[in-house]
Amino acid sequence: MSGSLGRAAAALLCWGHSAGGGLWGPGVRAASSGGSGSSEHLDMLVKKDRVVVFLKGPPEQPQCGFSNTVVQILRLHSIRDYAVYNVLDDPQLQQGIKAYSNWPTIPQVYLNSEFVGGCDILLQMHQNGDLVEELKKLGIRSTLLDEKKDQDSK
Amino acid sequence: MELSAEYLREKLQRDLEAEHMEVEDTTPNRCASSFRVLVVSAKFEGKPLLQRHRLVNSCLAEELLHIHAFEQKTLTPEQWTREQQK
Repeated sequence: MSGSLGRAAAALLCWGHSAGGGLWGPGVRAASSGGSGSSEHLDMLVKKDRVVVFLKGPPEQPQCGFSNTVVQILRLHSIRDYAVYNVLDDPQLQQGIKAYSNWPTIPQVYLNSEFVGGCDILLQMHQNGDLVEELKKLGIRSTLLDEKKDQDSK
Repeated sequence: MELSAEYLREKLQRDLEAEHMEVEDTTPNRCASSFRVLVVSAKFEGKPLLQRHRLVNSCLAEELLHIHAFEQKTLTPEQWTREQQK
């Protein structure tokens, strides 16, 4: 089972304070009010950016171990330019995205407007090299691809 | 509805004709009802990861409404054999 990263991440939920002011990378888009859970709105959100994630909590302080795992995986690949939506800020968004994706849980990851899955799937894709490949197809070069070639550079 | 690991195990076993199944109640580690499952089934053959997970999700559609956190690992019998050999 690939639960160990999740368990370590869950332990990090004891953070008392946020890791620092401001955003460190991904642009947190504020979900607009009114119809934020509608399929038209969500359609627009998942198409607007190549990498879109829906999390519980902001990326600098996820409120859930699984959401944190997604954030850490993206950070490992040095993906900085991605859209992130905090469902805890907006109950309509939280319900809406579950219906839209037909997926019962958060976090949710979209690549190139397509639903990829939740934390489990992203983790498996990360571990088996599929994530690096999918990102490459989107024109995003994961730093893990470079590290594989450059193992002595540290 | 009594949401126990045993209940989930039986339901998944039945619906997915699972060859091997592990259900762990991870509720103590989280704030509310949570489970981790490993399902080994020939029904996963030829299906990409997302489709496999959706199969499990639809089997437990009603239960998932009451489950807070859910982790799953889905393997074909062949993948399971390979994994056990590692």
